[in-house]
Amino acid sequence: MAELMYREALNQALAEEMERDANVFLIGEEVGRYQGAFKVSQGLLDRFGSARIIDAPISELGFTGLGVGAAMVGLRPVVEMMTWNFAILAMDQIVNNAAKLRHMSGGQLRCPIVFRGPGGAGGRLSSQHSQALESTYAHFPGLKVVAPATPADAKGLLKSAIRDENPVIMIEGERLYALKGEVPEGEHIVPIGKADVKREGKDVSIITWSRMYYFCEEAAKQLEAEGISVEILDLRTLRPLDEEAILATVRKTNRAVVVEEGWPLAGVGAQVVDIIQSKGFDDLDAPVVRVTGLDVNMSYAANLENAIQPDAPKIVAAVKKVLYREGA
Amino acid sequence: MASKYSKDLLLTMYRKMYLMRRFEERAGQQYGLGKIAGFCHLYIGQEAVAAGVEEAIRPDDYMLSGYRDHAQPLARGSDPGMVMAELFGRTGGYSKGKGGSMHIFDIENHFYGGYGIVGAQIGLAAGMAFASRYRNEDRITVCYFGDAAANQGIFHETLNMAVKWKLPVLYICENNRYGMGTAIARVAAVPEIHKRGQAFNMRHEAVDGMDVLKMYEAVKDAAAYIRAGNGPVLMEANTYRFRGHSMADPATYRTKQEVEDERKNDPIPRLKDYAIAQKLAKEEEFDAIEAQVKEQVDAAVKFADESPEPSLDELWKDTIVEEGEEDVRPRERVLGAKVTNWPKYPSGQELKVTWDLEPREQAEKADKAAGLKR
Ligand SMILES: Cc1ncc(C[n+]2csc(CCOP(=O)(O)OP(=O)(O)O)c2C)c(N)n1
Repeated sequence: MAELMYREALNQALAEEMERDANVFLIGEEVGRYQGAFKVSQGLLDRFGSARIIDAPISELGFTGLGVGAAMVGLRPVVEMMTWNFAILAMDQIVNNAAKLRHMSGGQLRCPIVFRGPGGAGGRLSSQHSQALESTYAHFPGLKVVAPATPADAKGLLKSAIRDENPVIMIEGERLYALKGEVPEGEHIVPIGKADVKREGKDVSIITWSRMYYFCEEAAKQLEAEGISVEILDLRTLRPLDEEAILATVRKTNRAVVVEEGWPLAGVGAQVVDIIQSKGFDDLDAPVVRVTGLDVNMSYAANLENAIQPDAPKIVAAVKKVLYREGA
Repeated sequence: MASKYSKDLLLTMYRKMYLMRRFEERAGQQYGLGKIAGFCHLYIGQEAVAAGVEEAIRPDDYMLSGYRDHAQPLARGSDPGMVMAELFGRTGGYSKGKGGSMHIFDIENHFYGGYGIVGAQIGLAAGMAFASRYRNEDRITVCYFGDAAANQGIFHETLNMAVKWKLPVLYICENNRYGMGTAIARVAAVPEIHKRGQAFNMRHEAVDGMDVLKMYEAVKDAAAYIRAGNGPVLMEANTYRFRGHSMADPATYRTKQEVEDERKNDPIPRLKDYAIAQKLAKEEEFDAIEAQVKEQVDAAVKFADESPEPSLDELWKDTIVEEGEEDVRPRERVLGAKVTNWPKYPSGQELKVTWDLEPREQAEKADKAAGLKR
């Protein structure tokens, strides 16, 4: 298996799907001549031409609407958001149109479109460029939301997203693009809606997704050294949530910590906790603990930026808390 | 001088306008009876626009609109019973009662919906036009929107792209001079909406939207221009709604005199008078059309009234396409009629994309001249 960077895995998925189906095209700011703001579309313009790799003007609302319209009549657009922070300008087309077309037309329409781009905190970019917006999109019926942590999942989920008959939001990790991992060549599909046990363990479950997975791994290693066996469930898909997998891991370890980068109020993690307490209460030996970003805007100052985000020590502390261990 | 229009064309347009008028009057009445809810934006007064457009384009051209969307599909050939049933919120409606008054979708007749967010359809239309070019089809997309919608950001963002990429789309601003209670001149720096095309190097024109023949001529010309690959057109149809913004609006922001003056311009008698003066049709022929339309509208109301409310398990359908779910369209599902000409979703089929947004040799030449490497 080849070692690829997360961005290369995405690039491979795009190229393979565009090769496979001429209805697939990519539109976004700087995706063509510039080769992608984060180089996800590197080389695609030369391969597929300017009709399929489309450099859009800085008009998030406009080109998102164009994508949705094209999907309504059977093309399969991939709309790249330079980052999800800017996609806030395109919310109307995503939420009011893409997510609702099928319903409002009584099933006459389908909207097979992918909106993708990086999310999460950048490196010292302050409030407007550092937001984990997963829960915003996960809120809306009619959308699917995926957030891969590894290069292999990134490839497999993007392929699934492009083939899906529904609008799919794919939130990539801005800090993960250069991360390397083994990626199967060719037809590698990760189904939407299936979580993945990334680490087997028996004392406590950590449920997370995207970049936070790596902090959880770091925490798990430390805890392992102290004799605590941690299971890590990577949700991968945030809508629909894999309830089965969430309940199964809790059934196994009887304790859970939910880790997310975004804000606590109405976060995806809140829904995960609700699933556990309403459907898995009898399996719990302790209240579930959440680790989230702090309920403040992101700062530029390095120490503040760090303090706002979850990290391994915070996760370790949370695990000790659900285990009723010292230091919690 | 003999009229350059055929009798058939005039009578067809008359029939369509009369259908829209009677349908909307009955819709207003049914709203009063509590059978129709929501806002219910009537089209009364603006019929010449939809009728003129429809006869000037092809039935397979794509079309979309805003929330004032009951009448345009009727001009396309949508089933009045299914439109009325949708207004009633019943199973027999185009969206099985899930879309309602602001969201009429008749995909079989290429009517791609009414939209409740002012201006939102402007972006979608560009995407549909984009798809036509992508697939080398020569169909155009017609997009209706109101004067107030022209102040939305999406209008400006989309026009810019549509011109740059020569998208085959006809934007028709139905300027009825008001957005709800706000006269357009009060909020628009340039109230003549078509002039905004100038900012984008876009062909633009204003048309008397109370004259169906003028609409017909203008759209025929614009459609030919667009179909020939010249890019989009912005057309402003100057029209007037005789009723309030919606059924909830008594329209006290305009004078009785203004409305009375505009009613003298009613496009429906205007066309009838023209056809009779040109000796193309007789009074009796119009009487016959009117009688038929009245029956048609009665039947539509009866159909809607007898159509059941959707069952509660419908709540869980039509949000997400489940894996392997067949592409079954509502008319077939609801009415049991066999539908044969739904447009196919062409995914997976052979498709060669030959269109280039930015011809490669040109781009490479420009790069070379500038000393850049691609
Ligand atoms: C984005 C948005 N803002 C406000 C409204 C409320 N609203 C509905 S219709 C309307 C007026 C629009 O007028 P215009 O576009 O001229 O169309 P007309 O009603 O004249 O056909 C307004 C303000 C809305 N539906 N969507």
